[in-house]
Amino acid sequence: MGKYLLRLYITGRTPQGNRAIANLQRICQTELAGRYEMEVIDVIEDPQAAEDARIIATPTLIKALPPPLRRIIGDLSNKDKVLVGLDLSGPDDLVGDHHD
Amino acid sequence: MTEPGKLPSVTKLATGIDGFDHIGLGGIPAGRTTLVAGTAGSAKTIFAAQFLAEGIRQFDQSGVFVTFEESGADIRANVGSLGWDVAAWEAAGKWTFVDAAPQPGDEVVVSGAFDLGALVVRVEAAVRRVGATRVAIDSLGAVFSRFENEVIVRAELFRLASALKAMGVTSVMTAERTHEYGEISRHGVEEFVTDNVLILRNVLEGEKRRRTMEVLKFRGTVHQKGEYPFTIMPDQGIVVIPLSAIELDQRSSYTRITSGNVELDAMCGGGFFRDSVILVSGATGCGKTLTSTEFIAGGVAQGERSLLMAFEESRDQLSRNASGWGRDFDRYEREGLLRVVAVYPEAAGLEDHLIRIKREIESFKPNRVAVDSLSALERVSSIKGFREFVISLTSFIKHQEIAGLFTATTSSLMGGESVTETHISTITDAIILLRYVEMFGEMKRGLTVLKMRGSAHDKDIRAFTIDGAGMHIGAPFRNVTGILAGHPRHVPPAEIERLGQLFTNEGPLGV
Repeated sequence: MGKYLLRLYITGRTPQGNRAIANLQRICQTELAGRYEMEVIDVIEDPQAAEDARIIATPTLIKALPPPLRRIIGDLSNKDKVLVGLDLSGPDDLVGDHHD
Repeated sequence: MTEPGKLPSVTKLATGIDGFDHIGLGGIPAGRTTLVAGTAGSAKTIFAAQFLAEGIRQFDQSGVFVTFEESGADIRANVGSLGWDVAAWEAAGKWTFVDAAPQPGDEVVVSGAFDLGALVVRVEAAVRRVGATRVAIDSLGAVFSRFENEVIVRAELFRLASALKAMGVTSVMTAERTHEYGEISRHGVEEFVTDNVLILRNVLEGEKRRRTMEVLKFRGTVHQKGEYPFTIMPDQGIVVIPLSAIELDQRSSYTRITSGNVELDAMCGGGFFRDSVILVSGATGCGKTLTSTEFIAGGVAQGERSLLMAFEESRDQLSRNASGWGRDFDRYEREGLLRVVAVYPEAAGLEDHLIRIKREIESFKPNRVAVDSLSALERVSSIKGFREFVISLTSFIKHQEIAGLFTATTSSLMGGESVTETHISTITDAIILLRYVEMFGEMKRGLTVLKMRGSAHDKDIRAFTIDGAGMHIGAPFRNVTGILAGHPRHVPPAEIERLGQLFTNEGPLGV
């Protein structure tokens, strides 16, 4: 499995943005320890980055690598959906403790 | 807050869209957002794009186009057919896209709460980058279908509208409707996003599509009420026809011009008024085309220019007819005093014909306009649409301070009135009736000036003949009644004498 390149776009240091950062860090440490690179981009500081990536909603997590490219929108509070979005959910994940 | 007795201070931004600023009484509210709602195919995207295009073309105001549905490339190509070179404007820093259309092939997973903060940031950055005065957002429905959470989307669109207001830009947002007459927009956005609502309609009416535009509300300011027809011209985009918004402010002239026939001039009290509209009604073959031919020739003889809009006969047919009456259309055209435009009525909708006629008038600058016949145009429209067309055309002609002569065909050979006549007689300044009169097994032709606004005129119904030199008006039908009703009846001389004595010159008090 190749390295994961993850970009998280947020709009300023809002509680929502901070929550997304914390959730992503927690998921990466447990699921992708040692094989991920994470970048946080604040679109207020860099609107052009949002333009280039065509971001409209924040927080948006883009899985740039490995392909295919995926977008996950929201504060990443639903871990199962994040795992689906990152193509990390295998058949064994179908049984688990869901909270939603 | 507005103080009592003081007018609210909502100013308008002229859109530059032809005719729209009349119904908006100056444009759309400046510094605010106007919702443009319409069903599929009602020209919302064109309106949004034209709002920016006219800003650049007419007012040197830059614009930002936010697209949620089509890509920037698609919009560039689509509006290219209207003659707008968006790519050139982009290169000049006058137009910029915020492309928020979904990316093909990328799946979106939603996990938890989100906002549209990045969109607001991108729009703000784009506005600053080109120094935009105008922003167009197309369309809100696409945002709702993209994100399941309607509550968040509504709140975020409100935030976007507030951000636009804070930047002082004037914006339009488009939204879908499911029905032409019903709730304003599908997702109920209008209630919280914007105080101003414009509705575009594309209604099927008697097998014909009719586009209309209605300003539903402009909060804190005035606008024209009701629906106004509009059309989309290939090289111009939307053209609104501001019917009742037309003001009756044209000056009235007492200058007389010749009808091209000295006898008819005499019947009209010395000719037509220079800025009047004359309706000539009659059955087929009765002399209507001749009347318009003489009207044109009369102008040419004075060195005036005439425009003939022909909807029934080709240019060559008209020229041949005219030469049969001793009038040389070819020579008039060579001398630049005549322009004949022959159009098949079914070739376009009535709105398009109207704009075509206006353009011909504006480019040729005639002193006289003849339309032969107006009835032919009735076929391509509903009655309401036709009436609006005539009002608009009449008003336009009067504003140019030129004379217009329209012909109308009656359905029955004898007497009767044409549908055209019924609907437009109150709009025209003068009405001339041409009628067949059956007398002792012979068809004669009769002419009368039914109405001549602002002038005395001959009240007789006079016989006329047509020969190689044109129309010759003769004596009145003294011994016939019922001509206009279509039932001419010969009256013996004795009875005429008796009738004459019934009405003496004595007034009620005796003279």
